Amino acid sequence: MQMPRPDASVLARKARIVAQLQAVLPQGAVISDEAETRAYECDALTAYRCPPLVAVLPANTEEVSAVLKVCHAEGVPVVPRGSGTSLAGGALPTADCVILGVARMNEVLETDYDNRFIRVQTGRTNLSVTGAVEENDFFYAPDPSSQLACAIAGNIAMNSGGAHCLKYGVTTNNLLGVTMVQMDGTVVEIGGAHLDAGGLDLLGLICGSEGQLGVVTEATLRILRKPEGARPVLMAFDSNEVAGECVSDIIKAGVLPVAIEFMDRPILEIAENFAKAGYPECEALLIVEVEGSDAEIDEQLTKILDIARRHNPVELREAQDSDDATRIWLGRKSAFGAVGQVADYMCLDGTIPVSELPRVLNGISELSTKYGLRVGNVFHAGDGNMHPLIMFDANKPGDLELCEQMGAEVLKLCVEVGGCLTGEHGVGIEKRDLMVDQFTPEDLEVQMAVKDVFDPKWLLNPAKVFPLASSETRRTGKIAAE
Amino acid sequence: MKTLSPQTEAELAECISSAQGPLHIQGGGTRSIGRINAATTLETTGISGISLYEPGALTLVAQAGTPLAEIEAALLPERQRLAFEPQDLRGLLGTTGQSTIGGVVASNSSGPRRIQAGACRDFTLGTRFVDGTGTVLKNGGRVMKNVTGYDLVKLLSGSWGTLGVLTEVSLKTQPLPETAACILINGLSDSEAVTAMSRALGSPYEITGAAHAPAGIDGHPVTMLRIEGFEGSVSYRAEELRKMFSDKDVAIERSPDRLKDGWRWVRDVALMQDKPGDVWRISCKPSDAPELAHRLKATSLLYDWGGGLIWALMGEGSDARKRLGDFGGHATLVRASKSGATPPTFHPEPAALATLSKSLRAKFDPKGILNSGIMD
Repeated sequence: MQMPRPDASVLARKARIVAQLQAVLPQGAVISDEAETRAYECDALTAYRCPPLVAVLPANTEEVSAVLKVCHAEGVPVVPRGSGTSLAGGALPTADCVILGVARMNEVLETDYDNRFIRVQTGRTNLSVTGAVEENDFFYAPDPSSQLACAIAGNIAMNSGGAHCLKYGVTTNNLLGVTMVQMDGTVVEIGGAHLDAGGLDLLGLICGSEGQLGVVTEATLRILRKPEGARPVLMAFDSNEVAGECVSDIIKAGVLPVAIEFMDRPILEIAENFAKAGYPECEALLIVEVEGSDAEIDEQLTKILDIARRHNPVELREAQDSDDATRIWLGRKSAFGAVGQVADYMCLDGTIPVSELPRVLNGISELSTKYGLRVGNVFHAGDGNMHPLIMFDANKPGDLELCEQMGAEVLKLCVEVGGCLTGEHGVGIEKRDLMVDQFTPEDLEVQMAVKDVFDPKWLLNPAKVFPLASSETRRTGKIAAE
Repeated sequence: MKTLSPQTEAELAECISSAQGPLHIQGGGTRSIGRINAATTLETTGISGISLYEPGALTLVAQAGTPLAEIEAALLPERQRLAFEPQDLRGLLGTTGQSTIGGVVASNSSGPRRIQAGACRDFTLGTRFVDGTGTVLKNGGRVMKNVTGYDLVKLLSGSWGTLGVLTEVSLKTQPLPETAACILINGLSDSEAVTAMSRALGSPYEITGAAHAPAGIDGHPVTMLRIEGFEGSVSYRAEELRKMFSDKDVAIERSPDRLKDGWRWVRDVALMQDKPGDVWRISCKPSDAPELAHRLKATSLLYDWGGGLIWALMGEGSDARKRLGDFGGHATLVRASKSGATPPTFHPEPAALATLSKSLRAKFDPKGILNSGIMD
């Protein structure tokens, strides 16, 4: 994975840049010591690391604006960072960049139950947004698996999803407004407590723009009343195809589960060894969760279990109490950690039409044989968001590269069947060079033209999303200079 | 007025790249809004047809000129629907002809269920479109989750043809619920109604429509709360909601036909059809709605989205924005008198946002020929 060569003139001006940042921020908010900037050298895509020139930790919108004005004037690239949980390298620094971390911005600014929204500073973690409203039985719906750590800023940048977005939608469907600072320091308010845009839907454009259009400092988020209850059921099948058909039939039947999670045999074996959840012996396992009052749950589960029985399940297991429910979710929730215990892994995020599940799972299995790398599949089946985990050995020379090659082939397969490279993790640097497989040069050009509008000098997170060759003239200032 | 009616995406691209002046972009022309300064109309009705429908994947792909009615007819046998309830504005705007799916997406047309299921923009998975230079582009796709590159699909939804002409859209469909019910509360004042709707929307009973008419079909105030789902669940929730409002005059409507008619009446703003005056659409924070509506001094009012959407019938030429003053939200002039000076159709944006919107339009449509005038 290539990154652009750092700008020597920026590196040479480090002392001056640091002094200017210190002048606009409180003491302790500018981190320039090389031992300390190392803490920001990577995000959750740990295979790539590079300490930034400086890291700053502003505490509010005004401070963010001041930082960006300095960087804009000095021509310093800025990489915004939430909690650094990106699996796509969205917060990976370059040696000439300022990391703008939002970790100190975690206040709740307003809670409004009558109008069902909460306004927060974006450094607040996803789970603590729910934490702020749960004593009143409300919650914030998007629930990425890193929700304990990940920040709303990053959720907005990547348009994050989660296990329950089958019913509640992803970040963009739950975001009502933002306060955003543009690269030149201009502060804009987009949206608010109302539901739609009065002009062009800039909010929809900002969400998922990977920190390339502005730094979102405050967000108005839709909160929902908690359902009365929830109950999962576990279904085991003797083939991936049958499990896939069952998923499709459940969706077609008009039952709207909050989650349909899929695990295949390789993952089941690893997860079972690790978590001892007591999962049945099978090729494919589904966890389907529904919500409502007890009677409503019974009504939905009766229909779901009827559908499942038509597919000759190896076993159906309904949670009788909350202990059962925890046990059913245990293996799924510990799957990533379990794989991490036995190997290094790369987690892909391609999304496909649900009808293509069997074909893609077969394709992945063939690629696994071809490359000699183990793959486990654990993913959100209801919406076709695959998460193949390709296992490799980071200490074995060439294994990471092999894994990346295989990952690229899997993602190309997803695109080929009508899907996309990434469903909820974002492009970052990880899928940057594959964008040409999904988009024509014209499709990419119009997206880059959008960035020109918000950030004409291409200073915000410039080396992400677009293949370096496509963005080079812009990043190196050739377009701006014309 | 000259009309161009391309039959393919390539022909449409050619129409745009060779255009000598401004173009009025339209589907079936049923949602016409604002004033167009173009001598040539470019209509998309020739680019029509459903190219893919996978009920098991809840996905439908259609050419932009496909009539909405054709899509709804295709969904019905599979017991599916467009959950965002696109409006039929022919009655309100006095237009005729067929609404197209491209027009629905270009105007982000979303009905009462927007409050729970989401807007048109939330169900639009992908688009193909032609920009103002005649270049054919695509964004999004046909899968439920997609964060690959910028979300131009959202930007195009509700852009009223000013960024590009849609040629194809992919939509997420939704299974029809088994049954539905509507809780009717009679006799509430506007502010009591918004409070009641907030209470219901803040309950766990999944309200899929919350509207209030100070003068309903029979002339009396009525507040409507819709629930949908399986029979057992619907009757359970209807009963819980009845208990919640036991101190009020409550009735429960279960007749499918009456439910359909009642919510169409809300969706299509039937209250203001065939009545003289301008129609304004105000999007706001629900709890602000009663006060804002009071300031409007409107002839007739309808609240949807739990109060977050106000429809107001006002005297011809009156400027709702002046009466509203400063507020969080925006007001759109949906139906304006034919003569005289009218206020801008869309709510003027703060300077920084207006600059962004204008620059975006200049990128997508450098010659300024696509529906120029509409969003200015």
